[in-house]
Amino acid sequence: MIVRKKDRVVVLGITGKQGTFWTEKMIAYGTNVVGGINPKRAGEMHVGVPIFATTAEAVAAVGTDVAVMFIPPPMAREAAVSACEAGVKTLVVLTEHIPAQDVMAIHAAAAKSGTRIVGPNTAGLVTPGETFVGIMPAFVPSVFKPGRVGVISRSGSLGTLVCLNLTRAGIGQSAFIGIGGDPMLGTTTRDALEALDQDDGTDSIVIVGEIGGAMEEAAAEYAKTMSKPMVAFIAGAAAPRDKKMGHAGAIVTGNAGSYAGKRKALEAAGVVVVDTPSQLAPAVTAGLGAGHSGAQAASR
Amino acid sequence: MNFEEHAAKTLVLAPAGIPMPRGILVTDAKGAADAAAQIGPCVVKAQVPVGKRGKAGGIKLANTPAEAEQVASQILGMTIGDYTVERLLIEEQGKIVREFYVAVLFDTAARQSLILFSTEGGMDIEEVADKNPEAIRRLLVDINTVPRARDIQAMLKGLDLGDAVPQIAQIIDQMYAAFRSCDAELLEINPLALLADGRVVALDCKFVLDDAAVYRQPDLAPGGAANAMTDLEARGAAAGLKLIQLDGNVGVLANGAGLTMTTMDVISHYGGKPANFLEIGGEAYTQSEIALDLVLSNPGVKSLVINFCGAFARTDVMAEGVVKAWHKLKPTVPVFFSIHGTGEVEAVALVRRELGIEPYDFMEDAIQAAVKAAQ
Repeated sequence: MIVRKKDRVVVLGITGKQGTFWTEKMIAYGTNVVGGINPKRAGEMHVGVPIFATTAEAVAAVGTDVAVMFIPPPMAREAAVSACEAGVKTLVVLTEHIPAQDVMAIHAAAAKSGTRIVGPNTAGLVTPGETFVGIMPAFVPSVFKPGRVGVISRSGSLGTLVCLNLTRAGIGQSAFIGIGGDPMLGTTTRDALEALDQDDGTDSIVIVGEIGGAMEEAAAEYAKTMSKPMVAFIAGAAAPRDKKMGHAGAIVTGNAGSYAGKRKALEAAGVVVVDTPSQLAPAVTAGLGAGHSGAQAASR
Repeated sequence: MNFEEHAAKTLVLAPAGIPMPRGILVTDAKGAADAAAQIGPCVVKAQVPVGKRGKAGGIKLANTPAEAEQVASQILGMTIGDYTVERLLIEEQGKIVREFYVAVLFDTAARQSLILFSTEGGMDIEEVADKNPEAIRRLLVDINTVPRARDIQAMLKGLDLGDAVPQIAQIIDQMYAAFRSCDAELLEINPLALLADGRVVALDCKFVLDDAAVYRQPDLAPGGAANAMTDLEARGAAAGLKLIQLDGNVGVLANGAGLTMTTMDVISHYGGKPANFLEIGGEAYTQSEIALDLVLSNPGVKSLVINFCGAFARTDVMAEGVVKAWHKLKPTVPVFFSIHGTGEVEAVALVRRELGIEPYDFMEDAIQAAVKAAQ
């Protein structure tokens, strides 16, 4: 889920307003966009790339490593399932508000085809200075700069703020992994953490979490096995209590989801949890300087 | 979207063929007496979309029409949770032998549907999970299949359910089908009761419709319960914005749920109290004009933080909306800006030129200034 310059990217819904705007931004940044999908305009060119009727045709004609979806919720399931069946390796689902049962169908199709789903409701993936896929301001120099800190975020807007704070402190990023704000994600915090842990270009990791679900707790379990230093910020300490009446979901996750529970789990795993986003950069610097990362990082 | 018990029973359980006691929905005490005259000994149940109605005194037995009328007049007008009781379900009494719990919901980690069954019915399921987790049986179901008969049998095995097994198994089957066809986020029957005459019936029902699927459930959505909302929250909902009014005095206008929550956290961190949660993330980022109006209409607001960090949401578009609304509303409370990300150069220039305000370089500085101004 760390995107590279060589990755061939196909954009589903390329001809729409947002698809057009963001595809132009991606191409200008250097992303290797090789095609777009729109069944009604197959054979045409759009923003300089060929349009295909289906993802399968794009895969056959130009090859596809990563597909990214600018598709509205009612059509998202069909588009995503076809992309999986076409053999796309990584599918970035930007769409927010896909009905949950459609999301399950997408995950079932991905499990069958071996496709890695990022999202739904993700802002995408950025490898600063190299490539980006999605709707992140990779091209704003005050926000992103190349470096060796990996960032994982459920939120696009908050992830942007965090990268901005790091960049201002002179700390560049090896990768930004937007995992998405939906409850049923294809790539979890823990999955992203494993990828960054194994990435030679990443020395330390920042987790930007949120209340709800059990992903930060699961990531904390993995963090216990890691030697790279980690810093986390969890949004929602002051959020009003959930007004939803259905609490049966809580028993699935063992009453996980609260701010206090997440903070405790991460701290127990040796992760530094900060109170505000501006405290992240100093904590990252301190972690790197302290040599907490141990022999593994030092031996590289 | 939440549903009251009677709506869940008539819209979801009845079409699925799941048995339940005979019931009549009424809106006044006289109607309760008439219903009791038809039904006989009955249960008078407050209809509000929240749990623990019994503990709150919203569910009472009545053996005669006169009793039903008296009990009904007590329950109508009661406040349970954030809701005033305006409707009652008058339901036939049954002789209960045992009570079970059954629900279908999502297991988000497994990315599949999950069926839960417990013999500890009538209790809060979270309590059962805490005290006696072994009493809860689970069955995951792949979206492209239905629960297999042998898996349901295996789930119910060893629970000493006797002759009730076939009825319970059929109800679980029907519930799963209804969960799928109704785009449920949660379908729960608690308690599912075994009666003295051998029937298994749904005594209560909770149904939550997936908000993202409302558009394709036109027959169900009008039956949903209206959320308890302040006037301001209702105005936000009418504009398609999720606004939660809080008791603080620092107004918040930010884009995206994550950044909005963070803005509230930082306000609290510096000793302030947020006046609202308002999300204009996703496609809603173009709504900043109405959003500013809403936030400033909150009588408690003493200062305002406008915190934009654009990824998908373009800060130039959001700033344009704010400037437009500003010229109309002419805010009298101090406003503190922090603008970064997509479109920031244009957005900062616009705010500077049109409003004569210099956005802060650091979000925390803008928030600290707003907290100070509100004190």
